[in-house]
Amino acid sequence: MVTQEKPKETLSSVTIRFVGDSGDGMQLTGTQFTNTSALFGNDTSTYPNFPAEIRAPQGTLAGVSGFQIHFSSNNIHTAGDHLDVLVAMNPAAFKTNINDLRQNGILIINEDAFSASNLKKAGFKEDEDVFSRYLNKFRIYKVPITKMTLGALDGLDMMAKAKERCKNMFALGLTYWIYSRSLDPTLEWLESKFGKKPDLFESNVRALKAGYNYGNTTEIFQNTYEVPKAKIVPGVYRNITGNQAISLGFVAASELVGKTLFIGSYPITPATEILQELSMYKNFGVKTFQAEDEIAGIGSAIGAAFAGQLAITTTSGPGIALKSEFMNLAVITELPVVIADIQRGGPSTGLPTKTEQTDLLQVLYGRNGESPIPVVAARSPSDCFLAAIEACRIAIEYMTPVVILSDTQIAIGSEPWKLPDLETLKPIHTRIHEDIDTFAPYRRNDDLARQWALPGTPGCEHTIGGLEKENITGKVNLSAEVHEEMVKIRAAKVKGIADKLPPLEVYGEQSGDLLFLGWGSTYGAIRTAADELLASGYKVGQVHLRHINPLPNDLGEIFSRFKHIVVPELNSGQLLMILRAKFLIDIKGINQVNTKPFAVSDLVSRAKELIGDK
Amino acid sequence: MTQTQELTKADFVSEGDVKWCPGCGDYAILSSVQTVLPTLGIPKEKFCFVSGIGCSSRFPYYMDTYGFHTIHGRAPTVASGVKMANPDLSVWVVTGDGDGLSIGANHTVHMIRRNMDLKVLLFNNRIYGLTKGQYSPTSEKGKVTKTSVYGSIDNPLNPVAFAIASGATFAARTNAANPKHMQEILKAAADHKGTAFVEILQNCNIFNDGAFAKYLDKETKAEENLILEEGKPLLFNNDTQGIVMSLEGSHPRLIVEEVNTTDTSVSITGKKFLVHDPKNEDHTLSYLISQLGVSLEGTPTAMGVLRAVRKPTYDEVLYEQEAQAKAQRGVGILKKLIYSSDTWTVTEESQAAGV
Ligand SMILES: Cc1ncc(C[n+]2csc(CCOP(=O)(O)OP(=O)(O)O)c2C)c(N)n1
Ligand code: SF4
Ligand SMILES: [Mg+2]
Repeated sequence: MVTQEKPKETLSSVTIRFVGDSGDGMQLTGTQFTNTSALFGNDTSTYPNFPAEIRAPQGTLAGVSGFQIHFSSNNIHTAGDHLDVLVAMNPAAFKTNINDLRQNGILIINEDAFSASNLKKAGFKEDEDVFSRYLNKFRIYKVPITKMTLGALDGLDMMAKAKERCKNMFALGLTYWIYSRSLDPTLEWLESKFGKKPDLFESNVRALKAGYNYGNTTEIFQNTYEVPKAKIVPGVYRNITGNQAISLGFVAASELVGKTLFIGSYPITPATEILQELSMYKNFGVKTFQAEDEIAGIGSAIGAAFAGQLAITTTSGPGIALKSEFMNLAVITELPVVIADIQRGGPSTGLPTKTEQTDLLQVLYGRNGESPIPVVAARSPSDCFLAAIEACRIAIEYMTPVVILSDTQIAIGSEPWKLPDLETLKPIHTRIHEDIDTFAPYRRNDDLARQWALPGTPGCEHTIGGLEKENITGKVNLSAEVHEEMVKIRAAKVKGIADKLPPLEVYGEQSGDLLFLGWGSTYGAIRTAADELLASGYKVGQVHLRHINPLPNDLGEIFSRFKHIVVPELNSGQLLMILRAKFLIDIKGINQVNTKPFAVSDLVSRAKELIGDK
Repeated sequence: MTQTQELTKADFVSEGDVKWCPGCGDYAILSSVQTVLPTLGIPKEKFCFVSGIGCSSRFPYYMDTYGFHTIHGRAPTVASGVKMANPDLSVWVVTGDGDGLSIGANHTVHMIRRNMDLKVLLFNNRIYGLTKGQYSPTSEKGKVTKTSVYGSIDNPLNPVAFAIASGATFAARTNAANPKHMQEILKAAADHKGTAFVEILQNCNIFNDGAFAKYLDKETKAEENLILEEGKPLLFNNDTQGIVMSLEGSHPRLIVEEVNTTDTSVSITGKKFLVHDPKNEDHTLSYLISQLGVSLEGTPTAMGVLRAVRKPTYDEVLYEQEAQAKAQRGVGILKKLIYSSDTWTVTEESQAAGV
């Protein structure tokens, strides 16, 4: 490869978004850029953006698919607020994403795709000069990506359509050149993927190199950039999405419990990958059951829990609605079942591929009767691993259903994961009971967890069910006193979980002007905002909750140390409502329900407004 | 406890009071199940009864076995989970015509088509008992109930036909008022590997009394019951009548013909009576037989095992696949799995080296 002679500028962070038609291979392009950057040593955070339709008509606004990568020489926690680079493969992609490009950002477009018909499909006039109004705002590079790709593949015995499909590799090669990345990781990947299909291998390699050389040899790009390695804690890393991490967490938990894993689920975006991932692990004894619906999914999980497996069911909000009657059965029969809710935009079918935190009240309260269920939340893709283990721990050690909350952003977003030292994970103790003399189905330990006698255990035959029952014996009893006692016991059991939680960690200032309190996928944006505020001398702290039910016991004391408490949530104020009711203080919310993660800049400016003069 | 040979009926009777209405057909079913279980050679602790909601679904409380009284219509799902988790257990589903065929019909279909190894007892009283007398999916058209004051306008469902059409490997019909027959059928169901679907006609003497009287009435009993026996011709009414296949017109159908008094294997018109063959791979004939009486006026209702075919069960194949996966890939090792994708190592040196 020709050595680069153009000047190089060093940057600390860059955000690139590749956008194109669903069929343009943008997810793949983004994933390759991410892996290459991670292998190089940057910290990375990504966020793919899919259309809801699988195959929307080509070139239309509905068919635009994108992948955003934030890579940096610092530790980063979000996929980036504003784009430094937008690579748009057609007019529809350009139109739907251009507003996210920052002032003076780089816009690379595939000139060949801006035909009259494509412009029309994207809702422009056929002869419209769509760039004229941006000339002073962005650095615009019109690259004939299709023509150059076809040129590079000249002489290969392939259909023109198949050749054209390599244009994403050209775009990737070009961005590799701009950011001084090595081609090697992608070349190796192409080898492993297409090694046995010489045509495909050759064409993709040629397109990739052509893109790279285009940057190097043409005059249009004045300089290149480099983003140095991040200071990263030494260790072995891999990139991981939230859905992969939660799956691995469940497998790990099943080893910690010493029981095989059972998952009963029905496919639903954005939870489906968990069922898919786990169905690969049959050699771990993992049983995956694709049920006929969400109800059967949790029903089978409850059956498996009764029979002594680590049982989980995975879904999204609409599925929680269907599962709620069974969740209540698990509450009253006190069986360990983990219900994973990978939240998406609602109500109803809503926005299947978009992110929201709008199911919190649903999982806490969306059932008949007094129905306490512990709720834990994951804060980032890799954090799903530990969150899943924690959900399983609570379920098994307390004999209760547990909800684990994730969301689209976490589920399909990715980040580097420092692989855990498995020896440090604590075993999970079951309440398995086999002794006839001491057995009673609802006899409890100090944590109020009942005995778990599995069918097949001689002498412990018993029947459980959804009718109210006496404590200890578990006999059906609908009397007023018994009911009141059982309502209290079920509540006390869940509340008691908080007594054994480690103290909360307050990041940043331990007392001061403002405390950010968050849960779930807002973690990265809040952390970044807190860092910015701390750097400019503001006295702010951050607490991010793993446990939402029960709330940690030390939360009130931490609140008392800050002047303002702010709860940013991607909903209309759900945790906020609970906290205000519980603590009777004027906690403020920052709320957004517009399908997008928080922009750090918004959080920073809202915090400054609240704090006023520092 | 595990001494199966010592088990008696009393071992399966729970201590609590049975709370069905006096005279309810459910008592006879309970007693028959408690009679049959000790004969199966299965240790008591291996039985698990899973039910939905309804009078019928109170059943597990009255059995001294493992039991799970779940929610309305969903017993097949919980039972499937139990069976998949521990295929060693003998798992029984107890359900009603409302529970299993209305709110839970979806699960019933899927349990059956998967051939999950479960014994399913559907108590058909053609009414919603527990909620005090509304029409059910098996109620006759025109039936007047509290919610069908002008007569039901729903077309009724035939449970056994429903099961066979769903791909049942075992489907049978019996009558709670005929304990001897019921016990034979229960035993056959217990011995079947796969979903064994048993429709039990059960009188609800409070809300639908006499629904099955014609099968018991001295006057009509002989002409209304077609008792099925493997390898025997389909004869009824004291062997004076039988069932033949008519191929007249555009489609095959079953009709009743008189027996030729000298040769009981043929009718007076010389047609051969059908010989009962529940093990036939093809379920077409079982389906036609299931229609008799219930869905076909002027014919007797088939009682007995309509279909019993051995096919791989879901739980068997589930464990086979697992064994294969372990054999092919080796027993999974968590650390390997976690470290399996592209990894990179950050060391103190690589950090120090800068770009
Ligand atoms: C979700 C739900 N819907 C409705 C009911 C009320 N309900 C209880 S039993 C029943 C019908 C039971 O009929 P069937 O299955 O025929 O049982 P039977 O009482 O006749 O034995 C109904 C509607 C309920 N318990 N749960
Ligand atoms: S209502 Fe009918 S089905 Fe229910 S217990 Fe009474 S008699 Fe039996
Ligand atoms: Mg009924």
